[in-house]
Amino acid sequence: MADITLRVNGTEKKVSVPAETPLLWVLRDTLDLPGTKFGCGAGLCGACTVHVDGSATRSCSTPVSQVQGKSITTIEGLGANGLHVLQQAWIAEEVPQCGYCQTGQIMTAAALLASTPNPSDQQITQAMNGNLCRCGTYERIRKAIRRAASGSMAAGGTR
Amino acid sequence: MSTISVAKKTPSWSRREFIAAGAAAGTGLVIGFFLPHGEKTDKKVFSPNAYLRITPDNKITVVVARSEMGQGIRTALPMILAEELEADWKHIEIEQAGASTLYGDQTTGGSASVRTTWDPMRKAGATAREMLISAAALTWGVSRSGCTAQGGNILHAASKRQLSYGDLAVKAATLPIPTDVPLKQSKDYKIVGQRLPRVDTPSKVKGEAVFGIDFRMPGMKFAVLSRCPTIGGKMLSFDDKESKKVSGVSFVGKISDSAVAVVAESVWGAMEGRRLLNVNWDDGPNKDLNTAAVMQSLKQGAAKKGVSLFALGDVSKVAGRKVSGEYQLPFMAHAPMEPGNCTAHFQGTSCELWAPTQVPQDCRDSVAQALGLDPDQVKVNVTLMGGGFGRRLEHDYAVEAAQVSKAAQVPVKVLWTREDDMRSSTYRPASLHQLSAVVDGAGYPVAFTHRLIAPSISGQRGQPGPNGLDPDLTDEAAFVYGVPNVSLEYVLTETVVPLGWMRSVYALQAAFASETFIDELAVAAGKDPLEYRLHMLAQNKDQDIPFFTTTWHPARMRGVLQLAADKAGWTKPLPAGRFRGIACFACFSSYVAEVVEITMENNAPQVHRVVAAVDCGQVVNPSILEQQIPGGVIYALGNALRAQITIEKGRVVQGNFDDYAPVRMGESPVVEVYAVPSAEPPTGIGEPSVPPLAPALCNAIYAATKKRIRALPIGT
Repeated sequence: MADITLRVNGTEKKVSVPAETPLLWVLRDTLDLPGTKFGCGAGLCGACTVHVDGSATRSCSTPVSQVQGKSITTIEGLGANGLHVLQQAWIAEEVPQCGYCQTGQIMTAAALLASTPNPSDQQITQAMNGNLCRCGTYERIRKAIRRAASGSMAAGGTR
Repeated sequence: MSTISVAKKTPSWSRREFIAAGAAAGTGLVIGFFLPHGEKTDKKVFSPNAYLRITPDNKITVVVARSEMGQGIRTALPMILAEELEADWKHIEIEQAGASTLYGDQTTGGSASVRTTWDPMRKAGATAREMLISAAALTWGVSRSGCTAQGGNILHAASKRQLSYGDLAVKAATLPIPTDVPLKQSKDYKIVGQRLPRVDTPSKVKGEAVFGIDFRMPGMKFAVLSRCPTIGGKMLSFDDKESKKVSGVSFVGKISDSAVAVVAESVWGAMEGRRLLNVNWDDGPNKDLNTAAVMQSLKQGAAKKGVSLFALGDVSKVAGRKVSGEYQLPFMAHAPMEPGNCTAHFQGTSCELWAPTQVPQDCRDSVAQALGLDPDQVKVNVTLMGGGFGRRLEHDYAVEAAQVSKAAQVPVKVLWTREDDMRSSTYRPASLHQLSAVVDGAGYPVAFTHRLIAPSISGQRGQPGPNGLDPDLTDEAAFVYGVPNVSLEYVLTETVVPLGWMRSVYALQAAFASETFIDELAVAAGKDPLEYRLHMLAQNKDQDIPFFTTTWHPARMRGVLQLAADKAGWTKPLPAGRFRGIACFACFSSYVAEVVEITMENNAPQVHRVVAAVDCGQVVNPSILEQQIPGGVIYALGNALRAQITIEKGRVVQGNFDDYAPVRMGESPVVEVYAVPSAEPPTGIGEPSVPPLAPALCNAIYAATKKRIRALPIGT
């Protein structure tokens, strides 16, 4: 067991878990943040995407010891002051079907917009290609990212 | 905004109570319609049937008795009831029913939820509306005919009075339940047909939606199972010395002949415990099975005479020029995003489950059987599902969870990993298809034969249809063209590979073979593939086609073909390097045609645009239709390009999304959806867009390359 300190959604958290435990399970089981999903356990589907120091990261294949002291944002902490502009766009475009992969999709898209506020179609595809959706919502995901990027959401959203 | 709550306080009626109540209401056993009145019903709740409760605080709760797996059922079904109720949609709250005896068969599959509950949901709403009108008329001492229902109120125009449904709930609850209520005309619909936002979207976007994997309860532990990797193999012994050293592992034990469970405080602990578990397996009788042998068994099966699915005229008596083709499809896996899981709490004489399931009643009954309980002692709560696609028509995860909870004496969540899901699943049956046609001088078929050679999903479970026919074929293998002599034949073969119902089931196989062959006939005849199909659907051949319980209308197929072609600009030339193909199919009582536009990049197709036209009768919610149709297209594209489960040494080879690779955004086309305007009763939309995609794509590949794809997957 290792005592590890993380900064999750702006709050310092101390956990005592085996050092090799994937961040995903620490978030879900230890810190009770189930919005981050388990899809493949191998970094192939993106359902477990969170931000580590702002970068989109596959939490299912990131040992918690690697993120000691780093700042982690999950879907629960994305819209610190109300819904994130992407969450608003996701609602406006009615993106989710089953919805299981969507939190990971939104986290990947949020990292994209943070670095590339007005991405081209190609940049969207490149950023989002690692996130699988078995319901086939890709077109609406693309529309929602464009909507958020164009700033056509109501004021009040957060970036 | 509507809220979602998982039913917690739903009274659990025993089967006996329900039948007694149904008889008392003079209705016989009208499942899912009449909720028993009497002592158990709160007098302040107006609940004329099991789908609806209205309370004096004007809260209107609609119970959804089918499972939400992404298809929008928690929105669509309440919309239908709310329409007839004349409710204000904003006031509707939704409650998910668990396994119950009140709602008939709660299986969510076969694109059936809307089409089979359209009438009950409408009548449930209309019955309440009429009773609320009566309650208002009695309250005011006026004639019913002067009262109208509108927006959640009853109005009396003459005196300009109005009362809300909540105001009238107590009075309405005392009134007799009418048995024959008027239903609205589609032209008067205010809710059905509207693009209403889905009730579950905000929670899914915020990460607050509770899927099966997310359900938690006090004291709950986690389990993963080591299952025999070889089909039909068994466990001989296991050594758990290393597993038990893992921090948090509290139990390791045999759960069935072919599975050992590891229970721990955390998912990761259970996974680590399983990794260190040493199981000695008896690989059993299938240890040498491989895919080649399975495909060989299909070829051998083709020599047998099958069962007639459909016959018109007599194909054997038609002489002339014969054309034939053989087509083949592999096993496929559903691979929903949320891996299998279920939470169970066994407490001696009862067991409660929280299951992401398409079959709550099967979960209840199978768990009862496995634990030696009465079905009344098993309570099944239904959670959201991260996709279903038929995988959750199985209830293996529920039985496992119950068995582990009983063995370990704790509430437990059994979780499957992706590899578990890929390798211990049930699979779309592999199939072989022999098609032949005798064509006339113009190249049109005067005789058409399709021999569908495949193992039977239901047959493998000991529930075959008549004469060994697979019962699913009755909904999924119709031939809607006007050809005077037709023979559709099913040849049953056997396999030990576990079979399951995967999105569109046999329609995918039937459509791929049939619609590719028809394209080949059109090319051989030198005709345009659209014109060729329209000719076979021409008005002078426009007769209803009875096929088991469905009557198919060629005119509706003609309608979707023409609509798809028009919207795709079929007759207009494409830019250089672009090619297109067309296909159509009818299943689950709906008609779909698709035009696929591709380019070839390094010998592999890149799909740019799919135009889908659908005739599904009355569209309940166009936004949901525009999710489901592209969803089916993208799912089918993955199936066509790469989906293939192979067997080596009795084991499934594929394990994760690297060797079983679904479509990603980069190869996802734009999908346009057009619905034929219709006031016919609604039909399926979850599956019917799947079957036409592969043949339309392969027909486009032929247009581009003159190479005919007769076996899936296409590969790259």
